[in-house]
Amino acid sequence: MSAPSDAAVAAGAGAPPPVHHPGGRQAGPYPGHPAAAARFTADVARAHWHDESLWFVRVKRDRAAAQLPAWERLRELAEQIKAHALANLAGYLEEFERNATARGATVHWARDAADHNRIVHELLSARGVTRVVKSKSMLTEECGLNPYLEARGVEVVDTDLGERIVQFRGEPPSHIVLPAIHIKKEEIGALFHEKLGTAAGASDPKYLTEAARGHLREKFLAAQAGITGVNFAVADTGAVVVCTNEGNADMGTALPPLHIACMGLEKLVPRAEDLGVFLRLLARSATGQPVTTYSTHFLGPKPGGELHLVLVDNGRSALLARDPFRRALSCIRCGACMNTCPVFRRSGGYSYGTTVPGPIGSVLGPAQGPGAHATLPFASTLCGSCADVCPVRIDLHHQLLAWRRELVAGGHAPAGKTLALRVTAWIFASPWRFAAAGRLARAALRLLPRGLVARLSGAWGRQRELPAPPAESFRDLYRRTHGRP
Amino acid sequence: MAARDEILAALRRNAPAGPPHPALDGVAAAFPDLLAQFAQAVAAVGGTCLRVPDLAAADAALRALPIHAGARRVVSLVAGVGGATVDAAAVQDPHALADLDLSVLRADLAVAENGACWIEGPSLPHHALAVIPEHVAVVVDAAAVVPDLHAAYAALDLPGRPRWGLFLSGPSKTADIEQSLVIGAHGARSATVLLIG
Ligand code: SF4
Repeated sequence: MSAPSDAAVAAGAGAPPPVHHPGGRQAGPYPGHPAAAARFTADVARAHWHDESLWFVRVKRDRAAAQLPAWERLRELAEQIKAHALANLAGYLEEFERNATARGATVHWARDAADHNRIVHELLSARGVTRVVKSKSMLTEECGLNPYLEARGVEVVDTDLGERIVQFRGEPPSHIVLPAIHIKKEEIGALFHEKLGTAAGASDPKYLTEAARGHLREKFLAAQAGITGVNFAVADTGAVVVCTNEGNADMGTALPPLHIACMGLEKLVPRAEDLGVFLRLLARSATGQPVTTYSTHFLGPKPGGELHLVLVDNGRSALLARDPFRRALSCIRCGACMNTCPVFRRSGGYSYGTTVPGPIGSVLGPAQGPGAHATLPFASTLCGSCADVCPVRIDLHHQLLAWRRELVAGGHAPAGKTLALRVTAWIFASPWRFAAAGRLARAALRLLPRGLVARLSGAWGRQRELPAPPAESFRDLYRRTHGRP
Repeated sequence: MAARDEILAALRRNAPAGPPHPALDGVAAAFPDLLAQFAQAVAAVGGTCLRVPDLAAADAALRALPIHAGARRVVSLVAGVGGATVDAAAVQDPHALADLDLSVLRADLAVAENGACWIEGPSLPHHALAVIPEHVAVVVDAAAVVPDLHAAYAALDLPGRPRWGLFLSGPSKTADIEQSLVIGAHGARSATVLLIG
């Protein structure tokens, strides 16, 4: 791992000292996916529970998708709209800027995370703001905005319930839609007992949510500015759309005079009518709901208030040049690929060491620099389930395979893997060696003690019984029944 | 502006070929009974839909609900419905709405497929009225119910709209603690839709 992970950056200066929670993010340098995943799966019961929680969400998504006869057509349109928007992004951004400015918003451009953080901080400090409420935004996570502002004396309160929980624990979200999916209600109960004074031992979700509502209500009323992410920005309108179920983006922006909305460049859609396609897909893909409770369209500042839109590149324009990986810029951050991924479900969000984990994170991570997050594209069975559920039809498993090729060619593949592949290639290159290897493997499976065979088969054999060896190979069978080919 | 120009130049330099903007066809939802579907969708997202013949009946229906019985501070933006006790037009600072019990809002449009009601700035002096009260009631004409979001955006003409608007679909909710659904996260604990006609 040559580049530091986003999560490590996000947990930099200003973050509370790392405390290790069971199933939580581990302190220390990121060890790569296999080692990080092994730590999570060491608690078998928790890994199983995590797996089932996410599968439950996946099933809800399936049910919601099946209710729309036009589902596949919607996905096709979403893919095309995004491909069209990405191909014409500069022009659409200019159109967006023109329209948003005409409506009274101020547009800022940030090359990278440092630009973004500086712009946001300058807006706040120029107005003497020291108390900020923030609704969910993976972009501000990516940029490490919270620690940046905290180090400069600004209190930033994450207001999404799941985000507030992980913020209390000093952790980043473990999932982009379900930030606290890795935490059990008893642990949240203990956390709230410590932080909010809830009754000791209480773990009823309704009771805990009510306590958080009261706590966050105070924060909303005291805030001097609200920061939000953006789900969609619309070129022909200059509008930004923010979707939540809790209403925290609305609470956070309706009270204080200053609203700062931070967005990646790729959030742009050309026309207001495109929103119909994306809003029908987003919540169904994310949680199986027909639409989020609040889908709020900001078309300018409130009377007497200010609306600032910060457009962030941070590697996106460079990714646009890279075929096939540019398609990852179509992502609408629904989380469906995580919920369905057999590796994510069992290894947890922190095993990826990136702000955006899961299949899409494994495509975006390695794009951060040569050799960055090199273990992630290998953290997949390439089953393709992610691509099947993706509402914008990103060919995620093809992209993971393409990354593997690139990482191997660039000498960034894990050493053990490179050696194993080289040996395999050598064996497969000769019919004689292939036949000999088969004979050897069949004999080994029969004769060697189970423990030794399991060890020889690597990670695969650790939790699985190896198959009983067949008596003869297909070649032997063919020769016996048909004679020499 | 250096950043802006650099970013735009990079995007132009790196722009791939792309398809034309597609025609959004083949996606329209169709329901045999639009209003029944709407009522069902509102219920499915945790709200209540009451069908009433006119505004007087809407007022009576709302007053009969427990959420109204306990409501002391009420804002109503629909004349004759709900019995306003707070004049929203006189409120300067939305913080003054903090302990609002009920707001009665008007939706210009509603979506049968997902139970969402479109509430927008001009008919609402404060954005907070949609999210800060304990309970929210939305008055919408039956004639304003469209099948899906495509029809909604076509009818809305968003580029011509001022300031802000939202689709509200049911009460505020969260499932962030072990995926258990809890109604009443930060916003209204209940959402009642009064469907007129
Ligand atoms: S890649 Fe697709 S499925 Fe995964 S989060 Fe993005 S939009 Fe959703």
